[in-house]
Amino acid sequence: MRRFHHLKDKFYIFTVSILTLISISALFIILYFVFRKGASVLSMDFLFRFPRNGMTEGGILPAIVGTFIVSILSVTIALPFGLMVAIYLSEYAKDNHLSSFIRVSINNLAGTPSIIFGLFGLYFFVNYLGFGSNILSSSLTLAILILPFIVRTSEESLRNVPSSYREASYALGADKSTTILKIVLPSAIPGILTGIILSVGRVAGETAPILFTGATFFIKGLPLSPFSEFMALPYHIYALMTEGTQPDRQVPIAYGSALVLIILVLLINILAIYIRNKKRVKIE
Amino acid sequence: MNTVKVKIENLNVYFKEIHVLKKVSLPILKNHITAIIGPSGCGKSTLLRSINRMIELSDGARVEGKILLDGKNIYNKDVDPITIRKKIGMVFQKPNPFPKSIYDNIAYALKVHGIKDRSTMDEKINDALKQTGLWKEVQHRLKENALSLSGGQQQRLCIARAIVSTPEVLLLDEPTSALDPLATFKIEDLLVRLKEKYTIVIVTHNMQQAARISDYTAFLYMGRLIEFGETKKIFTNPEEKLTEDYITGRFG
Repeated sequence: MRRFHHLKDKFYIFTVSILTLISISALFIILYFVFRKGASVLSMDFLFRFPRNGMTEGGILPAIVGTFIVSILSVTIALPFGLMVAIYLSEYAKDNHLSSFIRVSINNLAGTPSIIFGLFGLYFFVNYLGFGSNILSSSLTLAILILPFIVRTSEESLRNVPSSYREASYALGADKSTTILKIVLPSAIPGILTGIILSVGRVAGETAPILFTGATFFIKGLPLSPFSEFMALPYHIYALMTEGTQPDRQVPIAYGSALVLIILVLLINILAIYIRNKKRVKIE
Repeated sequence: MNTVKVKIENLNVYFKEIHVLKKVSLPILKNHITAIIGPSGCGKSTLLRSINRMIELSDGARVEGKILLDGKNIYNKDVDPITIRKKIGMVFQKPNPFPKSIYDNIAYALKVHGIKDRSTMDEKINDALKQTGLWKEVQHRLKENALSLSGGQQQRLCIARAIVSTPEVLLLDEPTSALDPLATFKIEDLLVRLKEKYTIVIVTHNMQQAARISDYTAFLYMGRLIEFGETKKIFTNPEEKLTEDYITGRFG
């Protein structure tokens, strides 16, 4: 009987380890796959030159720049809204129907398929508000997509601020808004910052929301006005794989772009983890 | 010299349906240390938190009765709890400095009180640090994070933060329960010195501490004030059997 239990334990540990290993290896297999297919085109020229000959040669600079601009702009737009909602939910909202309605709405927004955001952006920003198909419309669309994520991470960071800080502030005679602005918010900043950086990484990879709202296959020069169309890495990959007539020259560039995108997102995530750990040590 | 600074009259406190404090009446004398003792859950902290209206921040708390500060009921409708908390400082069980520099921790208290002039602030901060005996230990590291201080130093910083704006009353909720004996001794010593300037109320479950530093002692049991009197008398010749049982360690 004892022997059987021992065996059962071993089998259990074995299964858990194997399944964990498979899960983690998914990341490394993807990295290996993209790296093998894309590394051959990677060079300084690829990163810092414009595309030539109908995308079959040259670099992807405008797509990298476009992705950067749109990601940072969209998170910048979403941040004040997200932060205000988070402050409301964590500091002001009572446990009632209104706050649970807000929470359910935010969760549903987070669960909406990204192509729906694309359609909405096309209808609302591009056509109804007449912004046209450009960086502004795409950034606004992505801002709505990332809003729930920013609300959640910010709310969590605010809630993680020990209540003893709030208590200390109130005991000194501070009012609520001073306590939130001067004590709670500064203490939550490492967590909020981590959320912001992760958001930039997330929107950098989104394709569907920018599909109809501003991304384009090719532009001349760099997108320097919010009203210009732009190239973006995920859309560039999509376009190279679905359009054009020279697949044997386009496909390696697509994989090269994918590699650049994945490295970019990984770097952004590493930065977020670094900031979080550094600040955490300080607070402990 | 025995002026009553705070007078608690028929105080009842409820948390939702639970009646936590029952008809507590108690004078707190100016420039003396009053200790509140009693077993866990007897309402010591609730009583303390009623004195600066921190109690109202707890969900479902309801207060009946009066607390007079210099003869004026702090629970009157026209009294803003914020002005009360500015006059009555508080130090908590666990040291709770903000994750800011030592200097900024104390500066925050001054800013809350509307003091923004740099040289006034410097002067008051130095003074508060000297009063709490921290000055020698931290004068060269005022810009360092307060969380890098030891537990005892953090607690003295919290006291400095509470007294920098010269409140009239200082409330302390088991301020040494998380500290080692040496740090505890330093704080007790500090409190005895501070009573010249402030009226002090301390909640403690350490009876030796109450006996060592307080002038008056209030014994609470199950939400009721069982006995109040001079510390010497309470500890040598209590009138109530319950008080005697508690201070001799028969329960608690």
